[in-house]
Amino acid sequence: MVAKKSDERRIVITGVGLTAPNGNNLTEFRRSLLDGKSGVQKFEVRYMGEVLAGICHFDPLKYQKKKELRRGTRAGSIAIYCAQEAIANAKLDLACLDKSRIGVYLGITEHGTVETENEIYEIKQFDYDVKYWSHHHNPRVVANNPAGEVTLNMGITGPHYTLGAACAGGNLGLIQGLQMLLLNEVDLALGGGVSESTASFGIFAGFRSEGALASHPNPEKACRPFDKDRNGVVVAEGGGIFVLERLSDAQKRGARIYGEIVGYAINSDALDFILPSAERQVECMKLSLNKAGISPEDIDIINTHGTGTAEGDPVECQAIREVFGEYPHAYMNNTKSFIGHAMGAAGALELAGNLPSFEDYIVHPTINLDHLDPECNLNHLVINEPKRIDKVDYILNNSFGMLGINSVVIVKRFEPQNCKHS
Amino acid sequence: MTKEQIRATLLEIIAQIIPDEDLSNLKGDVAIREQVELDSMDFLDIVMELRKRFGIEVPESDYTELATLDGSVAYLEPRMKDL
Repeated sequence: MVAKKSDERRIVITGVGLTAPNGNNLTEFRRSLLDGKSGVQKFEVRYMGEVLAGICHFDPLKYQKKKELRRGTRAGSIAIYCAQEAIANAKLDLACLDKSRIGVYLGITEHGTVETENEIYEIKQFDYDVKYWSHHHNPRVVANNPAGEVTLNMGITGPHYTLGAACAGGNLGLIQGLQMLLLNEVDLALGGGVSESTASFGIFAGFRSEGALASHPNPEKACRPFDKDRNGVVVAEGGGIFVLERLSDAQKRGARIYGEIVGYAINSDALDFILPSAERQVECMKLSLNKAGISPEDIDIINTHGTGTAEGDPVECQAIREVFGEYPHAYMNNTKSFIGHAMGAAGALELAGNLPSFEDYIVHPTINLDHLDPECNLNHLVINEPKRIDKVDYILNNSFGMLGINSVVIVKRFEPQNCKHS
Repeated sequence: MTKEQIRATLLEIIAQIIPDEDLSNLKGDVAIREQVELDSMDFLDIVMELRKRFGIEVPESDYTELATLDGSVAYLEPRMKDL
């Protein structure tokens, strides 16, 4: 049993800003998830030709000048769009906030790959003479770039940095924001994750060389976690950033509260560069449940990490079965089946897509599941059609990454018992 | 290239580097940075474009020659007249 926390020690989500391949805000994204609308399309990539990818279609000029776009990175642009949208969604006025007490914490899978590839491509036209190498290269490739561009754009003077955590990055940005609020380092956190991976041929080529790049005649059917015919990852770009506040602050200003982060955990497989470990995923889920002070049967929705690879999906299913049993109470879905793998943004985007379930009691499905792999046969997996359920009090979000990093976040429905405003 | 062509080329390069700025009233004899938002990294972009497009090297000691549009044309004219 976890002791009751004071409202200053409870961290809530009060704003969501996102861009996904099938939606540029939470309302659009949710609509697409309930309508079964994919965001995967054909996409030309340097040296690779046509591949399949999840591409975002937000308007970067909504919050940036053309010069900022030219100078910055795609990841920075995605981060700025999401951070600005999150602040607006939280109904906060930046001009009225103490900007020295805002922190920006963004998970990334990698950063700098895109910019380095671009520069090498550019100097190739000059016989690799490095005097043609751009003076913009270093500020573009520093690992803090996406978070730093947010602070430049919004005039935020509190801390900013990224968290390199492979495909667990989105959850880690969220967790870091929560921790910094608990440590009283900031009063408001922008936490989540971003990805510009679709602009890198190396990411696609790497997955192809691993034999793990998805292909399908119909792009919308390419990402098919848990299906017998799955054949790999669909690389996607995207971003998901949450406004996090202490419950006491959120209630004071009458904020809309999407949910309370009650559990989280991060651990490492210490096993392999790529292959996952069911044992450590089990540990990670149990750690997060313990932190939340709840049991597996309290969880109502599990957003699976499943990426559509032959190796990864069965391992996660095995881990889920071990924690939640053969006949779990929780319903499970998969968000990547719609948008592909948004890498550093995946954890944040996938959590965001599930948050509306606290209000509409609908679980969005995993799509493209035509022939269920027996090894991935999870009871209560919501397949191809959304499912209405009776109770949504807890959502658990799995997000795992290369080098064996595992992360789990649990969000609880917020009950405004003593809140006059909500 | 004639002086007018050099001026037009320079304006095209600057417009590409600072696309949000209105360059229609840019005075030739006043420092460019006093008239539009153009910082040191933008200035290096001008130098880089001259290098990439025309193979012209502007040494750091000559950067002050490019402060105004008129000064830039005068500095570049002998280097670009045969292009």
